[in-house]
Amino acid sequence: MSTLTEAPPPLAPEAPEPKPPKRRGRLTPYWLLLPGILWLLVFFALPMIYQASTSVQTGSLEEGYKVTWHFATYWDALSAYWPQFVRSVLYAGTATILCLLLGYPLAYLIAFRAGRWRNLILILVIAPFFTSFLIRTLAWKTILADGGPLVGALDTLHVLDVTNWLGWTAGDRVLATPLAVVCGLTYNFLPFMILPLYTSLERIDGRLHEAAGDLYAKPSTTFRKVTFPLSMPGVVSGTLLTFIPAAGDYVNADLLGSTDTRMVGNVIQTQFLRVLDYPTAAALSFILMAAILLMVTLYIRRSGTEDLV
Amino acid sequence: MTTKTTRTTKADPTGDVRLTGIAKTYGAFTAVHPLDLTVPQGSFFALLGASGCGKTTTLRMIAGLEEPSSGTVSLGDQDVTALPPYKRPVNTVFQSYALFPHLDIFENVAFGLRRRGLKSVKKQVEEMLELVQLGEQARKKPHQLSGGQQQRVAVARALINHPKVLLLDEPLGALDLKLRRQMQLELKRIQTEVGITFIHVTHDQEEAMTMADTVAVMNAGRVEQLGAPTDLYENPRTTFVANFLGTSNFIEAEVDSKSGDEIVLKAGGGKLVLPGARCSAPASTGGRVLAGVRPEKISLTHADDAGEIPVGRNRITGRIADSSFIGVSTQYVVDSPVCSDFEVYAQNIDRDPRLVPGAEVVLHWNPAHTFGLDASQDADAGVEEAV
Repeated sequence: MSTLTEAPPPLAPEAPEPKPPKRRGRLTPYWLLLPGILWLLVFFALPMIYQASTSVQTGSLEEGYKVTWHFATYWDALSAYWPQFVRSVLYAGTATILCLLLGYPLAYLIAFRAGRWRNLILILVIAPFFTSFLIRTLAWKTILADGGPLVGALDTLHVLDVTNWLGWTAGDRVLATPLAVVCGLTYNFLPFMILPLYTSLERIDGRLHEAAGDLYAKPSTTFRKVTFPLSMPGVVSGTLLTFIPAAGDYVNADLLGSTDTRMVGNVIQTQFLRVLDYPTAAALSFILMAAILLMVTLYIRRSGTEDLV
Repeated sequence: MTTKTTRTTKADPTGDVRLTGIAKTYGAFTAVHPLDLTVPQGSFFALLGASGCGKTTTLRMIAGLEEPSSGTVSLGDQDVTALPPYKRPVNTVFQSYALFPHLDIFENVAFGLRRRGLKSVKKQVEEMLELVQLGEQARKKPHQLSGGQQQRVAVARALINHPKVLLLDEPLGALDLKLRRQMQLELKRIQTEVGITFIHVTHDQEEAMTMADTVAVMNAGRVEQLGAPTDLYENPRTTFVANFLGTSNFIEAEVDSKSGDEIVLKAGGGKLVLPGARCSAPASTGGRVLAGVRPEKISLTHADDAGEIPVGRNRITGRIADSSFIGVSTQYVVDSPVCSDFEVYAQNIDRDPRLVPGAEVVLHWNPAHTFGLDASQDADAGVEEAV
């Protein structure tokens, strides 16, 4: 200010021309991708190709298998085991819906109401993973044991009459029935539903609830018009993460079910490990994969959230 | 908006907001001390204060988003304290807007109408979007709009419901300076057009002064002073208000004598005159008061020309410590025996080249521009909180 009348200070010497950016580093993204690509190649692509070729082989264990492009295996496998396919979709679908019905309120509670208990509840959701999948499923065998307290209670309350009528249970047994398998699936895959639901609910700005309330929406309307639509990404990824592994599962049907509740996973397991009919097992795997891909595509189309998943 | 609203609401007291003894405590912390406030129908009312002063909490209690610990909220004759937000005839423009990201602009604006069961909303929504000049954007999603446009959607979404009161929570905080100025005028225009009571929460004193008819300055959960912007600026009653709204210079002085309407003060060997009507502190002879004066009321004369200063003006001597040229004016900081950093703003009409740092000067002003405050307060209160 005081130097207004003085000459302005000399200009700074002109900055040198910026050098063109070096080419180094252009390949960096590819180097970073390499481990992942190698991993996928060795543990995903190669086994897939191997399985695909197995599925079109013929022969026997003694004489060895040869690729004969015998696509009929697919048709034979499907016509022999379609009930197990239907059952897989049915059980996995029921378990997914149950997971959604059980998981949504819990995820909502953790995201909006849990306060300082939030982390503890999240840990409790994940805690079962510290124990083996098999052990946990075996535990359900005890819970649902014939004449056990739970089954006794269900019997006394006449719940079993209803489930018998629906064909989910048989007589006074829960174990070795569809209900037991669905219970096992629901239990085992519940965390895969809760976590994505929680993530998408937790991202919702709390002020949107306030804004909806401010604009005359009752709490129930706020849920229908704001919260639920905004949690759709979580609903879609949660149902996918539950349905896909549940449809291919065989442990629950194996441990909690009977021969009448066999799912396609059980058939594949038997074909591979007991019957040693590798082509049929491989063909069944591919049919299951294709069926799931088709259903998932239709589902994502329908829920209109391609850009959200 | 429709002309009907404008007509019926002008003289109608149903839009008065009355807060009676309203308070909010969180555990041991008191966010808002018991507060009585009446905002008349149709006025543009600003709650001004630094962050954490309780202004937003007060607003949220009117909206029903926060439950008061005590006291009542009334709209016109209706006590709405117990009503949940969705039953109150009040709408809010949220800070950072809170637009529904999954709905397009049209549906965002139609949200309130649909919730109240209106079936044909098209015409109203289109009219409202025209009012805020967003007709073209109706089918876009909020994230495709600029900050200023989102802000207008937020206003439209609230206004379309013809609320009795529109609450604005720092609505312009996220906008850059130029856009903010533009939106201030826009909001003022809309308010005049629709005639609805606006309660505007802001920490920006200029924003409050340009837009509002009445400003309540809040500090630490209390209303420090309430009045028209000019009244608050010219006659601050506390040092907080004096410093938060603009800048003030304070001289701690002793009351020398009182004659008629004038109080004569003694400060640093000199005498200052203070109009009795502008002294909000009890001034008894021998007592102390803070004499305040705004920087733009002061004239600066070089000590050599001291003889040319007309008689009857308050004067103080000092030395220029710093000066900065900001185009329309020059801001000086003067070190004087009564106050170490006296701020003076001089219009750049005829610049005296001798007024450079180090120069001995005389500060003088019309005594009528002096105001007196209670000397027991901190003369720097509100300086840091001011933007």
